[in-house]
Amino acid sequence: MAVCVAVIAKENYPLYIRSVPTENELKFHYMVHTSLDVVDEKISAMGKALVDQRELYLGLLYPTEDYKVYGYVTNSKVKFVMVVDSSNTALRDNEIRSMFRKLHNSYTDVMCNPFYTPGDRIQSRAFDGMVTSMMIQVC
Amino acid sequence: MEGLTLSDAEQKYYSDLFSYCDSESTKKVAAHGRVLELFRAAQLPNDVVHQIMELCGATRLGYFGRSQFYIALKLVAVAQSGFPLRVESINTVKDLPLPRFVASKNEQESRHAASYSSDSENQGSYSGVIPPPPGRGQVKKGSTSHDTGQPRTSADQQEPVSPVVSPQQSPPTSPHTWRKHSRHPSGGNSERPLAGPGPFWSPFGEAQSGSSAGDAVWSGHSPPPPQENWVSFADTPPTSTLLTMHPASVQDQTTVRTVASATTANEIRRQSSSYDDPWKITDEQRQYYVNQFKTIQPDLNGFIPGSAAKEFFTKSKLPILELSHIWELSDFDKDGALTLDEFCAAFHLVVARKNGYDLPEKLPESLMPKLIDLEDSADVGDQPGEVGYSGSPAEAPPSKSPSMPSLNQTWPELNQSSEDTAIVHPVPIRMTPSKIHMQEMELKRTGSDHTNPTSPLLVKTSDLSEENKINSSVKFASGNTVGQQQAGVVAQPPAVPPRPQPSQAAGPVVHRPVDADGLITHTSTSPQQIPEQPNFADFSQFEVFAASNVNEEQDDEAEKHPEVLPVEKASDPASSLRVAKTDSKIEEKTAASAPANVSKGTTPLAPPPKPVRRRLKSEDELRPEVDEHTQKTGVLAAVLASQPSIPRSVGKDKKAIQASIRRNKETNTVLARLNSELQQQLKDVLEERISLEVQLEQLRPFSHL
Repeated sequence: MAVCVAVIAKENYPLYIRSVPTENELKFHYMVHTSLDVVDEKISAMGKALVDQRELYLGLLYPTEDYKVYGYVTNSKVKFVMVVDSSNTALRDNEIRSMFRKLHNSYTDVMCNPFYTPGDRIQSRAFDGMVTSMMIQVC
Repeated sequence: MEGLTLSDAEQKYYSDLFSYCDSESTKKVAAHGRVLELFRAAQLPNDVVHQIMELCGATRLGYFGRSQFYIALKLVAVAQSGFPLRVESINTVKDLPLPRFVASKNEQESRHAASYSSDSENQGSYSGVIPPPPGRGQVKKGSTSHDTGQPRTSADQQEPVSPVVSPQQSPPTSPHTWRKHSRHPSGGNSERPLAGPGPFWSPFGEAQSGSSAGDAVWSGHSPPPPQENWVSFADTPPTSTLLTMHPASVQDQTTVRTVASATTANEIRRQSSSYDDPWKITDEQRQYYVNQFKTIQPDLNGFIPGSAAKEFFTKSKLPILELSHIWELSDFDKDGALTLDEFCAAFHLVVARKNGYDLPEKLPESLMPKLIDLEDSADVGDQPGEVGYSGSPAEAPPSKSPSMPSLNQTWPELNQSSEDTAIVHPVPIRMTPSKIHMQEMELKRTGSDHTNPTSPLLVKTSDLSEENKINSSVKFASGNTVGQQQAGVVAQPPAVPPRPQPSQAAGPVVHRPVDADGLITHTSTSPQQIPEQPNFADFSQFEVFAASNVNEEQDDEAEKHPEVLPVEKASDPASSLRVAKTDSKIEEKTAASAPANVSKGTTPLAPPPKPVRRRLKSEDELRPEVDEHTQKTGVLAAVLASQPSIPRSVGKDKKAIQASIRRNKETNTVLARLNSELQQQLKDVLEERISLEVQLEQLRPFSHL
């Protein structure tokens, strides 16, 4: 259901980005990049409040005619960005939330791996598998 | 390379394998995934596998087309028979047995069994039989292979031989054995009329040639062997390419095959004797792993932290990426630390990798740690380090909490509530000490929300039995820490040694959780067995537990003296302490003493020094708590409620947080497991669907059925 999934580090460089291969992937990369501004804006908007009070799920960041971009940020300022197809109307907010939760869980598992140094690209197969399960089935 | 000649059996087998590997039905198979698994299951060294892939052209193309796949399979058979790998050997080697795939045996078997069990279903055989990953298939395979047993084995021999074009090369006895064993087919094969396989074969062959992209492969296709051969082959579908070589089959094989192949057969037999699980850990290996574990972590029930494990495994000189993958596979509960089982699994994977085996995508079943480790180790790991946790209820549980952000919101509230009411949801606690700790945690949790996490825990606890002693001792250690937490308030003598007797520990510990909260209100929700909440504060609770152990059975008694108990509680701990000290038949003694104490309602007169000490303290603690306890104690809590509540509240924050962390983790693992199971089911269903589609495709040209 997602067309593109990206994990952005705190310093705003991508730790993991993966798109449905049929499309022009560069376009998705660009969309994710531009969405970072929106994420930052949303974070800073509640910057005064305590981190705890901030929702991890940011919701719809911005819609385009073809796609919608959703964001999610963790307490360590790692951002998850998901691009979904606008035509995929059945996707409800709850589903997006659950997808982000799954992403977060998998990301936590990756973090727990002592062989993974934070800041590296995520190369975990388990993480890949989980993302694959969330992305649109190509065939 | 294109002039591959295949016999019928080979054809069928190869196409089956191809369909199996070609789950996307794109007529080409990526070089990774199932094909690699398949080849790995062929028990060939890695370089041979690579050579095969190169020879068949897959590396050139980047994927396996049908012809490449068939060539590769043929080469696998060649390699397994001991012949050198060459392109010419594809066609020149006669009497080549079908390639054997150890791990995938089960799949083949089940698939073939299903396919051959009935005529009409032959082409639809894939339904529901697309095998699970090899690791899981082991169990099935073992059972089915044993079932089929002897009759298959000799027929098995014949099967590879019979379809081969030149019958004169097969031993003269083979035709006889064919006929003989054609009557002993597996399952329902015997019923199959001879005509069945015939039409099946020809359409199948046509379908294959029609659908195959590599038609050149079929160009040299030999004419179908006589019907009899089909029957025997059909009758022995599971055996057909199986790999599970029985010793009898090995003998037969030697008559048919060259000596070289016999050695591989022996190898396979050895493997099959060990249930053909390439991931099974032998005893000596396990011993070695355990020793290595001890060098890092002397406590066999403890954890190896991630950093230590990282250093250790880095010494193996495997690339970090692979080590990372191994870690992912072996850290089952995803807690960043390795228990003994997880460590053995990781070590085994490292060893396998160094020997050339490719890493599986999923942890094989034989390497999976038992569930008990999850909770126990979680508790054990947590307890020693948790002496001084902050008491802020609002703090979400650390580390893993982000993984459940939605739950995080609830944790703080729960913690608060748990603190305020000191009400712990009583959970049915089994007498196994290993679960005691969990139950303590469970009891700490508030509300019904946690019943869910607890129930799976309880289910899991039921499985535990082996680690009672160790766990109990651990529990005592944790109990000690608990006591120490309260040391600030009550000078709990930390010197009280952990009760050495596991049985005792079991008793007291079990009741600990029961004790702690004395939330009788919740007792109704849980079996009467463990009504009392674990009272961590008071180490003397152990004895109390021992007493309460008895009390469980004597709920009535406790019920009778709810009010009297506050005073008696002091006596109970003391007496129970004393009982516990006796180191034997504690339960009996506690049983004796508990009722005695209960009935007496007086403090023990001459308890041993330690119990006295504790008793005094507990009495002090009890005094202020009496009121609270009387409020809370409903039915059984009486004895258990004797736990000092003042120190409890101090430790409650930590406990609550600990409990919530633990609960979180448990829920996490439970849900993760559930998720994986559901995923697996989904995968199975998808495979079924694919197989059905394949069948449909094959059926379409024919007005079959």
